[in-house]
Amino acid sequence: MSKILVGIKRVVDFNVRVRVKPDGSGVVTEGVKMSINPFDEIALEEALRIKEKGLAQEVVVASIGPADTQQQLRTALAMGADRAILVQADSLVQPLAAARAILALVKREQPMLVILGKQAIDDDNNQTGQMLAALWGRPQATFASRVELKEGKAQVTREVDAGLETIEVDLPAVITTDLRLNEPRYVKLPEIMKAKKKPLDTLPFAELNTEAAPQLRVLRTDPPAQRQRGVIVKDVPELVAALKKKGLL
Amino acid sequence: MNSRVLIVAEHDGTKLNPSTAKCVTCARALPQPEIVIAVLAADGGNVSTQAAALQGVTRVLRVDQPGNAHALAATWAPQVVALAQGYTHVLGPSTTFGKDLMPRVAALLGAPQVSDLMAVEGAQKFRRPAYAGNAILTVEAPAGSPVVATVRVASFEAAATGGSAPIESVNLKVELPAHTRFVSIAAGSTDRPDLQTATRVISGGRALGSAENFKLLYNLADKLGAAVGASRAAVDAGYAPNDLQVGQTGKIIAPELYIAIGISGAIQHLTGIKDARTIVAINKDAEAPIFEVADFGLVGDLFTILPELEKLIG
Ligand SMILES: Cc1cc2nc3c(=O)[nH]c(=O)nc-3n(C[C@H](O)[C@H](O)[C@H](O)COP(=O)(O)OP(=O)(O)OC[C@H]3O[C@@H](n4cnc5c(N)ncnc54)[C@H](O)[C@@H]3O)c2cc1C
Ligand SMILES: Nc1ncnc2c1ncn2[C@@H]1O[C@H](COP(=O)(O)O)[C@@H](O)[C@H]1O
Repeated sequence: MSKILVGIKRVVDFNVRVRVKPDGSGVVTEGVKMSINPFDEIALEEALRIKEKGLAQEVVVASIGPADTQQQLRTALAMGADRAILVQADSLVQPLAAARAILALVKREQPMLVILGKQAIDDDNNQTGQMLAALWGRPQATFASRVELKEGKAQVTREVDAGLETIEVDLPAVITTDLRLNEPRYVKLPEIMKAKKKPLDTLPFAELNTEAAPQLRVLRTDPPAQRQRGVIVKDVPELVAALKKKGLL
Repeated sequence: MNSRVLIVAEHDGTKLNPSTAKCVTCARALPQPEIVIAVLAADGGNVSTQAAALQGVTRVLRVDQPGNAHALAATWAPQVVALAQGYTHVLGPSTTFGKDLMPRVAALLGAPQVSDLMAVEGAQKFRRPAYAGNAILTVEAPAGSPVVATVRVASFEAAATGGSAPIESVNLKVELPAHTRFVSIAAGSTDRPDLQTATRVISGGRALGSAENFKLLYNLADKLGAAVGASRAAVDAGYAPNDLQVGQTGKIIAPELYIAIGISGAIQHLTGIKDARTIVAINKDAEAPIFEVADFGLVGDLFTILPELEKLIG
């Protein structure tokens, strides 16, 4: 049965203005709104569309994170995922650890396609999908803005610095999403009710038996250097004069 | 201890991308670096010569291979891993090329990756941004595996040319996968100054209103010899191609002059321009957040301001 596995990471909502703790130990997350990583919503939307076209039969969402991640997985189920898996981990998992954990799920679930976001907007790492593909020994199609499946292959258009690149990969494969791949659907209330009955399995991280991944140690977190607010000029001639004076024109 | 640094060159088959020269500068900040550049290509002659000319480079490894004609991560990663034996650091640029390739290399090496390395504080200690640049992390890479990193190109100057490092051809016995194939590339805006290296950039936002209006920016940019950028909203609306997007999920740039026109200044956009020397904002809303970071702000309607600006500059 053809299945799509989608990675869902719980992150600080993209509208939150993140603040660094004064003691440099991290960023303030207490009382802060948490959401599905925006790229993962796009990943899920793409999986649902593939299923709706009849090209897959089941969409499974998975997350490695704290118990509270159930909220985000319920939202994913309300969007239309069939089933959710929460691998409970209380400490932060970095990309290599996440990739190894997702690989363990891949071995169990045998999906034809794994769709992840291109980057989690908390740590901005942009690594997990590529790492998973490497460990799995399968193709990767990163930064996707268009995906087309046919006969055991995927044609993927990628947003790259030079423009739009199209590659073809054999399935199974890992795809990571860019912003313009699709616009995720809104969740309607009846679906939220229905989602409460959909299966959400929880298992402890240790149960996956993955090899412990070497991690980066975060020694300190600082706020970025702040730019100073400059001056408001009254009209175009004043602007041009100011730029000329600075040698910029 | 000496740092043995392998840098994976980014190129288009004939020209070395300036991002590689920036990786060299980053590598030179490591303790006692010996810097080697790997050029993977179908025919890496030209690119190797350009890489060998970068000052500070000890050696260039040229790996010619028909399958290297396009930078497919699945094809390149096992070759980089084979080359990486004995190195303490493996670097690539934090461009879409490096972001695609380097984590695949890191995973095969069993190493964590430092993404968007912005400052070197020691052989294993680096600074990198997170949360759209709202937090700067100081991280320490573990001993026992090489440090794999992507270098935030806006944080480093390009290394100067004038050197002449030896070029060595390398034959790798690595089996390459057949599961990933290049189909085509639709180049975005090749006839214009490159957004990532331009000293002047003019960006437009949603306020431009149409692809037609967006062209107004090109006229001004031509007069200034500037590259053109865009906000996500402008790209999403189809006013500008995707490769012009500036920001957290687009390009991170550091021009001398950045002019934001009809852009509100969302944090995801500001992340991309933090290192610009001078920021100019033109927006009709005096409360727009872009003014909080602008060195010079002009409040008004862009459709009257643009023609006037063009006239006064021209
Ligand atoms: C995960 C994620 C990643 C993102 N990554 C990026 C990214 O990389 N880059 C990016 O840019 N955005 C990114 N965004 C989107 C970002 O949040 C904003 O939505 C976007 O930057 C807004 O674009 P804008 O400023 O053009 O549009 P708006 O916010 O709509 O601003 C338009 C501005 O134009 C002004 N205006 C209107 N008419 C005129 C006129 N006639 N003359 C002068 N001024 C006028 C208005 O006052 C307003 O300030 C991301 C969002 C998410 C969720
Ligand atoms: N803890 C996690 N649980 C589920 N998916 C994850 C996790 N971490 C990363 N991912 C997936 O990998 C993508 C890239 O994350 P990153 O490499 O951390 O930027 C995310 O958009 C998710 O789809």
